[in-house]
Amino acid sequence: MNEEEQLMSEEEQLTTVREEATTVTPSVVPVKKREALFSKKNVQTLRDPLDDSNPVTVQVLGICSALAVTVQMKPALIMALGVTFVVAFSNLIVSMLRRTIPTRIRIIVQLIIVAMLVTIVDQLLKAYMFDISKKLSVFVGLIITNCIVMGRLEAFALAQRPWPAFLDGIGNGLGYGLILLVVAFFRELFGAGTLFGFKVVPQWAYDMGYVNNGLMVLPPAALFVIGIYIWWQRSRNRKLINAS
Amino acid sequence: MLVDTAKPHFHKGGRFEKFHPAFDALETFLFVPGHTTHNGVHIRDAMDLKRAMFTVIVALTPTLFFGMWNVGYQHYQAYGMQVSFVDNFLFGAQRVLPIVIVSYAVGLGVEFIFAILRGHQVSEGYLVTGMLIPLILPVTIPLWMVGLAAIFCTVLGKEIFGGTGMNFMNPALLARAFLFFAFPSYMTGDVWVDLTPEPGHTLVDAYSGATSLVAFDTNWEAMPSAWRQFWGFEAGSIGETSTFACLLGALLLIGTGVGSWKIIVACCLGALGMGLLMNGLAPADVTTHAMHTPAYYHLLMGGFAFGAVYMATDPVSAAQTERGKWIYGILIGVFTVVLRVFNPAYPEGVMLAILLMNVFAPLIDHVVVEQHIKNRAKRA
Repeated sequence: MNEEEQLMSEEEQLTTVREEATTVTPSVVPVKKREALFSKKNVQTLRDPLDDSNPVTVQVLGICSALAVTVQMKPALIMALGVTFVVAFSNLIVSMLRRTIPTRIRIIVQLIIVAMLVTIVDQLLKAYMFDISKKLSVFVGLIITNCIVMGRLEAFALAQRPWPAFLDGIGNGLGYGLILLVVAFFRELFGAGTLFGFKVVPQWAYDMGYVNNGLMVLPPAALFVIGIYIWWQRSRNRKLINAS
Repeated sequence: MLVDTAKPHFHKGGRFEKFHPAFDALETFLFVPGHTTHNGVHIRDAMDLKRAMFTVIVALTPTLFFGMWNVGYQHYQAYGMQVSFVDNFLFGAQRVLPIVIVSYAVGLGVEFIFAILRGHQVSEGYLVTGMLIPLILPVTIPLWMVGLAAIFCTVLGKEIFGGTGMNFMNPALLARAFLFFAFPSYMTGDVWVDLTPEPGHTLVDAYSGATSLVAFDTNWEAMPSAWRQFWGFEAGSIGETSTFACLLGALLLIGTGVGSWKIIVACCLGALGMGLLMNGLAPADVTTHAMHTPAYYHLLMGGFAFGAVYMATDPVSAAQTERGKWIYGILIGVFTVVLRVFNPAYPEGVMLAILLMNVFAPLIDHVVVEQHIKNRAKRA
């Protein structure tokens, strides 16, 4: 990903850690002053994934679940929260362990951390929101394989201090959730005439001949909506046009 | 002249400068453009994009007029009424024209908006699409769905890729596919005949309302006779029932060189070949099985002729290389038959076959060109 390389090149000055994972030397510690919790750079870390380096529309990661769980708003929201939780805390934990994880087995260590967090989310959903859990079915478990999680761990958390890594996780989770909710909004509105399960399209519209759009319930509709979103995003944010 | 007096307002600095693309489109539609080339030797052929598009429109008129008549004919047949040719035609025209008007108004509206937003000229691409969309829809389709499909196919089929000439799929087919998946109950089943009640008449018992493709999946022998299907006296989308009308259009398209005869012939060959193969493999004990259908039926049934003549030959989305056109056409024929025979859920295989091959057309071209380069290199 070009985006990530750009991101990395900014970070390189700070950490001198190369993006190529095989040569990661986590023991190199940047020499710098303590910075404020919400310094300009940290806010940037948090805000970038919402637009400039959005995990779904710019880096094109996590598309699979974006197609699968966006038929309705409610599962999409829960999924977004779940992913945000997993990305944020796996980033935090991996970042804290970054100097002790041996480079050669780091993938498996990351996987274990991610799997643990996903299991927590899964069990919580099963215990307190069984309906939603059934709707999300296998896609909660599949957060483990969500490229956003591993991508952020490899590209960011392994080379950053815990606090920026945590913010980065929150930011990417929210960026992912933003797209999920936008897609789910259009799919539920046009596919079922409801939002969060509440009827939005009034009965008189149906009486006049309006019909719910069956295509919006099918997964391709999510691709259409994401495509239109990317179109809109790039026509507004010109610097993205040749970015990826 | 009204156009000439209005002209200065639309030029640079004029009051309506913004709307120059819209004005330009209207002007060149009415008159031949007056500008000539300034340097070098260019030959401006009269066969410009507008003329090519218009040829296709003319080629579509047989299917349109036959479709109008057939809509009326099917309607009165369903009620067991015998009416004159003119009455059939007028009833059909009443039902079909609103669909045509909505398709054009909405689609051209979208094109004009994009032309003004982007400051380029309105291209003629929609002239054909706007006529194709009504012809491949059932007559009972609600008008707002036609409008929605027109918006969908112009925005997502064309404008998002850069407008006319940049689309990799046939926009009209995209519109149909959109409606097919979005509103399945309005695109399949009992929708092909306009059943507006006729006072004093009830539906005749023999009325089935199904297209020949439905009979095809259960018992091919129950289909209308080949001759009937050739002339098009059967239920179906507005413009696609008559193979004869499509042949008339094909003659004009091939004669003027607008449509590629290779693609049309290749489509037919592919369908025939696959049909024969099916006959050979058909289960001998079930004589009503769709695989037993005589191969030439596939050319007459459903929208095959219409698709092969007007849709597969779309110069933008078809294969560009000469050998590629053969491959492209044959595969369309093959996939059409495969989809029809093995997947009753998608009765109209032509639509999906052409869309699929539209996607593959660049790959076919690539392979053909690479192969050609390799052959040349070997000889050198």
